[in-house]
Parts: sequence; structure tokens; C-alpha cells
Amino acid sequence: MAGRSESESRRTTVRKTSEREVVVTRTFDAPARLVFEAWSRPELFRKWWVPRSLGMTLRSCELDVRTGGSYRLVFGDDPANPMAFFGKYLEVVPDQRIVWTNEESGEPGSVTTVTFEERDGRTLLVMSELYPTKEALDAAGTGAQEALHETFGQLDELLAEPSAR
Amino acid sequence: MRAGIGTLPTTRAVVGIRVGRDACILNHMVQHSATHFNASFAALADATRRGVLDQLARGDASITDLADRFEMTLTGMKKHVGVLEVAGLVTTEKVGRVRTCRIGPCRLEEELEWIARYREVWDARFEALDGVIDELKRQEKARGRKKRK
Repeated sequence: MAGRSESESRRTTVRKTSEREVVVTRTFDAPARLVFEAWSRPELFRKWWVPRSLGMTLRSCELDVRTGGSYRLVFGDDPANPMAFFGKYLEVVPDQRIVWTNEESGEPGSVTTVTFEERDGRTLLVMSELYPTKEALDAAGTGAQEALHETFGQLDELLAEPSAR
Repeated sequence: MRAGIGTLPTTRAVVGIRVGRDACILNHMVQHSATHFNASFAALADATRRGVLDQLARGDASITDLADRFEMTLTGMKKHVGVLEVAGLVTTEKVGRVRTCRIGPCRLEEELEWIARYREVWDARFEALDGVIDELKRQEKARGRKKRK
């Protein structure tokens, strides 16, 4: 049974708790301060936020992880056509909690809350993303699909011109 | 920093979904849809099987996990998963003694797909985060050893 609980803990679960909220959970085999460190130091954050398997390029990553601080992430292979994501940290409690806004849409965006709960040297991470409306949450899905097509375009280009990279 | 999947399309996820969809379409064409449609219909006609799909959209699970969660015998759950597998709604993979079930290529419900895609992005990130955290742990240990010397 020990093996099973181990695999259980490293499992990412996602559930919709309401029409406006998505909650993700995952346990990490480390104390909360290390998990928090990986979320709050830009040079560490960029290593995992855009893992290779996502096939995206993170051009820059500025994080000022403290209450009232702001962040800005810029993606894209083409410098002429960058995609920027930015917002503010509404609340930061070291080793426990980070809350930030997502403002890139130009409309009231979602608010993301991440909490780190340490138990016996392991950390349960709970991340909630609360959208202002049901439509905004649904649109996030639609937006993803559009973005997926865009990635396909990039992939096609890449495959067509292997020497271009 | 937005957590929404809109920000980070996954090439792997995309390819997976697209291949899956094409495979479904192909399947429909080749079999003139009747057989496959019936299989899907039968698979979704049962409340437990719909529950299993819902569960798998949120995360992979073993037959044992599913049997526990739905309070039924392993044999009973194996049958349900078998029906879902034939319909292409679920795929399974046996590693050692554990058979892991995941959402298959023929996803029918948009809602499930939304959650499955969302999860795929976060799963990839958290796997990478495990690596970063392991590195921090190693550095901390090395510092600890130096201090003691």
C-alpha cells in the first residue's frame, strides 16, 4: 500500500468546484519553504513553468514576489510578436501562500491562489483559479484552443524548415 | 503567470488530442460509424462508466483506485473499463501488477476535454517542478555536509 500512496501523492488532480473556479492539487516530497522558493525565485521558476514538453519559449521572466509586487512573463519565438502575461501579487505569505491577478486580457481577469501546506516534511500544494464569470472560464478554454492552433502553425513551420532553427 | 491553459498550449497535448480526434474520425469512416457509435453509446449509457470517465479526466487511476472509489469489486470495475476501452474512451497500460487507466482518444464531452487539457499542462509543469525541488534539496544537503565538516 505504501507504493500506492506514493503514486497517489505525485498525482495532479484537477476539479471544477463551481462554474467559475478550477482547483488543482499536487503533493511534493519537500518542505514548503523549498516549494515556495521554486515559485518565487525567477531563475528557478522559469525552469519549470515552461518545461520543455510544453514546446514554448519564455523570453523573459520578471517576478517581484511580495504583496503589492508585480510580474511579467513574455513568451514567443518571434520577437516582433511577443505574448506577455502580467499581473500583481495581491498577497504573499512566505512558505505559505501566493495570490496573484491575471491582467493580460484587459478585462477583469482571474485570480489565482496557491497555498503550500507542509505535513511530515511533504507539501500539499492547492491552486485555485477563480474567474470573474462562468463565461470567462469557458473562454479560457476557447482561448486555449485558439492558441493550440497557433502552436500547430509554429510546429508546421518548424517541420517544414528544419534548418531554420 | 496566468494559470489558465490559454497561456501555454502544449505541443504534446495538442498532438495527442489531434491524433486522437483524427483517429476517431478515421474510425468512424472506416467502420461506417455504426459499430463505434454503438460502442460509445453503450459505454456512456451507464452511470458508473460516466463517473469513471469524469474521474479519469481529473487524473489517471489504477483499476484498484477506481474499484475503491466506486465501491465495487475489481472484476466489476475491469468489466466497466473494458467497455470504455472498446469504445476508445479510455486507454489502459499495465506496468508491473498495476493497470493504469487514462482518458482515451475519443473524448466526447467538451467539459472533460477542457479539464484533461488543463491537467496535462499542470502535470507537465509539476513534473519539472519536482526536478527543480530535488536540485534544491541536493544543494541544501551539500551545504549541510560542509557546515558539519
